[in-house]
Amino acid sequence: MTAHDAADAITAQVRDAYEDRRPLRIVGQDSKAFYGRPTTGEPLDLARHSGVIRYEPTELVITARAGTLVTELEQKLAEHGQMLAFEPPSFGGSATIGGAVASGLGGPRRPWGGAPRDLLLGATLLDGRGRRLRFGGEVMKNVAGYDVSRVLAGAMGTLGVLLDVSIKVLPAPAVERSLVLTMGRDRALHKMRELARQPAPLSAACHIEDRLYLRLSGNASSVAAWEKQIGGDGGAGGDFWQSLRNHALPFFAAERPLWRLSLAPALPRLDCEHEVVTDWAGAQRWVYTRCAPAELRNEVAKVGGHAILFRHGDNETPVFHPLDAVSERIHVGLKRRFDPAGILNPGRMYPTL
Amino acid sequence: MNTLTIPTRREALAKRLRDVVDGPHVLSSPEELAPYECDGLAAYRIVPLLVVLPGSVEEIQAVLRICHEERVPVVARGAGTGLSGGALPHEQGVLLGLARLNRILAIDPDNACARVQPGVRNLAISEAARPHGLYYAPDPSSQIACTIGGNVAENAGGVHCLKYGLTVNNLLAVELVTIEGERITAGGSGLDGAGYDLLALITGSEGMLGIVTEITVKLLPIPQRAQVALAAFDAVETAGQAVADIVAAGILPAGLEMMDLPAIRAAEDFVHAGYPTDAAAILLCEVDGGNEEVSEDIAKVRQRLLDSGAQEVRTASDDTERARFWAGRKAAFPAVGRISPDYYCMDGTIPRKHLPRVLREIARYSTESGLRVANVFHAGDGNLHPLILYDANVPGELELAEQVGGKILELCVEVGGTITGEHGVGLEKINQMCAQFPPEELQMFHDIKAVFDQYGLLNPGKAIPTLNRCAEFGAMHVKAGDLRFPHLERF
Ligand SMILES: Cc1cc2nc3c(=O)[nH]c(=O)nc-3n(C[C@H](O)[C@H](O)[C@H](O)COP(=O)(O)OP(=O)(O)OC[C@H]3O[C@@H](n4cnc5c(N)ncnc54)[C@H](O)[C@@H]3O)c2cc1C
Repeated sequence: MTAHDAADAITAQVRDAYEDRRPLRIVGQDSKAFYGRPTTGEPLDLARHSGVIRYEPTELVITARAGTLVTELEQKLAEHGQMLAFEPPSFGGSATIGGAVASGLGGPRRPWGGAPRDLLLGATLLDGRGRRLRFGGEVMKNVAGYDVSRVLAGAMGTLGVLLDVSIKVLPAPAVERSLVLTMGRDRALHKMRELARQPAPLSAACHIEDRLYLRLSGNASSVAAWEKQIGGDGGAGGDFWQSLRNHALPFFAAERPLWRLSLAPALPRLDCEHEVVTDWAGAQRWVYTRCAPAELRNEVAKVGGHAILFRHGDNETPVFHPLDAVSERIHVGLKRRFDPAGILNPGRMYPTL
Repeated sequence: MNTLTIPTRREALAKRLRDVVDGPHVLSSPEELAPYECDGLAAYRIVPLLVVLPGSVEEIQAVLRICHEERVPVVARGAGTGLSGGALPHEQGVLLGLARLNRILAIDPDNACARVQPGVRNLAISEAARPHGLYYAPDPSSQIACTIGGNVAENAGGVHCLKYGLTVNNLLAVELVTIEGERITAGGSGLDGAGYDLLALITGSEGMLGIVTEITVKLLPIPQRAQVALAAFDAVETAGQAVADIVAAGILPAGLEMMDLPAIRAAEDFVHAGYPTDAAAILLCEVDGGNEEVSEDIAKVRQRLLDSGAQEVRTASDDTERARFWAGRKAAFPAVGRISPDYYCMDGTIPRKHLPRVLREIARYSTESGLRVANVFHAGDGNLHPLILYDANVPGELELAEQVGGKILELCVEVGGTITGEHGVGLEKINQMCAQFPPEELQMFHDIKAVFDQYGLLNPGKAIPTLNRCAEFGAMHVKAGDLRFPHLERF
């Protein structure tokens, strides 16, 4: 494994950029370059800042520099029978843990295992003046001060540069089994919700075309008992979940605008869901639509959800769901305090941030 | 306005507020105000200017608009069970009691969530969800009394946090009314919301950023079965090692609690849980899940505990016995309350591996001060609750207890932990915040506060110390010849 502490060089670069009011584009491995609004600026290379700082399996915490590869972390955790419960996607590239946290994205396990923000215990960050700040810690429970590190998760680097992160890790399940059931979307959604309400050891549930894929994780006896109860047409294999997690399934290959809808899971198909992969037992939907963006967003907002233009946007349509006026004011206020010169990934999330 | 006397201000403001809130729900007489003068940290008492008990979100908005306009401080209060003085009133301010907003607005089994008002009691949510086979996981020991709004404000935990997370991990959305009286929603109907994670920022913000007026919580399926093991140890260190061994075995217990001898004895005398009163420490380890899973796990836990040096391991034979095992733990605070006129509950969290050292030091502080200490411990997640026993009627004992408490918290920080795992900073731990955070981080907290509350009207003086205060506090705490914030002399 590579380990290199580049915190000082990175800090110096941010300080200089702050002095000169020069925008920076924060880059790990650039595996998610497609995600978010385009941002120009001098690259701030985080990949060089890598390596595990501390890992004590019995404390259930790992602290790693932002540039550490997710695959390296996962390998290290697997040696001790543990895992990153949010299954960060890397979209074919080699993602860094800093990027995984900053983008806030979770994989198929997310409804049961949590999102990056749920497992993030603490972080060291550089604010937009290049000041090194540490929030949270390496303990499971910590309510001293505002929970700043969790806010950095999903902020796309616009509030601070993550230097290192402390993440709660979980024991990997003893057994995992994947099942496939042949059924249409409506029945599948119903089935997913029914299972989600029962104490089944579910760890993923996704519907694609005419198939419902389920994953069970737990100890041998419980997985076996539920496998029997659910039935199905046999295994899907671990590859399916990897392909879903990293958008390597054929569905995601289309070069058309791909939307990510986040909404109440039991909602029946929206009018604008023309082609859809229903993940997270209904709570995350990947959609190609013939609706105009505003129409889609209206429909989603009406049911309390939000829509992200995940890939293949047109540079005009907002990528992230527009905020109401009061929320926007709070967002802008936070951005100004964290990054007064507006140099950290300016505009990557919203034009004003 | 500040030049007016308190009674005059009280009358003037009450008059304005009675225009927007039903008359009887604006309390201003001394007898009416008295019940609100403290929260669970009863050593501190302040009579508020007024108590207002709004009955709707619109009324809250109207009250806040008036307070904002008149620059009147506002302190939110749920059930007042907080242990850090977070709901301690401000003598020039309005205490905003949310207890009347106690409706469960919707239980939505299909989406496994419940939408509730802030004054709903924690346990009431699980009770309402039970017919659907669902429950709300975070279970603070105060759950029969504390409100969900207070839980959000403190990011409350419980004995099941290690497996099921804290309040922040079990929320889908909150509605917040800002000090200007505007409403925002953080989170959404799905598993995440648009923009920055304001839900995470609001959770645990101790009433400093806004008033939480509606909460959507996640509900989980009730596990088929739960089973608990009770293990006795002849040394606290051995019990600490057993906790690490269970985790290393890949088991994630639903609850993993430790009590030391003074706590065991107090609990046993009180509820007769059947605890071994000659053990140096006991561990309660609960596993839950499917029937087969629980059988498999409890056997593993039992074996681990024995391998780790437990003198005795009992597993509850049925739900009655299980309830009895837990009764002692759940009643630990009141039990200690019976053996001492007063006690002071601490809440530090540490990396578990430092447990033996921290417990040794606590024992030393206890001997040195002459105050008894009983330890109750969320062992799974490293959250310590040392209970310092004292008598407020003995001059100087409260101060001594606070000194011992302060030292324990600073020790937690020193070993890489934190001064509060679930009870919040409030007024109580405001000085220890200076030990935990350097000035730049504290300044960032103040900056965040200013984004939401420019004039500092919401819960003033709580949660985040001023840098001035830290400079003064630091000057009193000269550690190894070093002043903590020497460069702050300019303040
Ligand atoms: C015997 C006992 C056992 C306890 N056990 C636990 C435990 O196991 N785990 C744990 O975490 N805590 C525990 N506590 C502490 C306490 O119960 C929790 O902190 C609880 O969350 C407080 O809820 P409350 O409704 O009483 O809030 P209050 O005490 O009324 O208020 C607490 C804080 O929240 C703010 N607040 C309240 N409502 C709102 C709102 N709607 N909007 C904005 N701010 C608001 C207040 O201003 C204050 O700062 C225990 C307390 C006792 C007395």
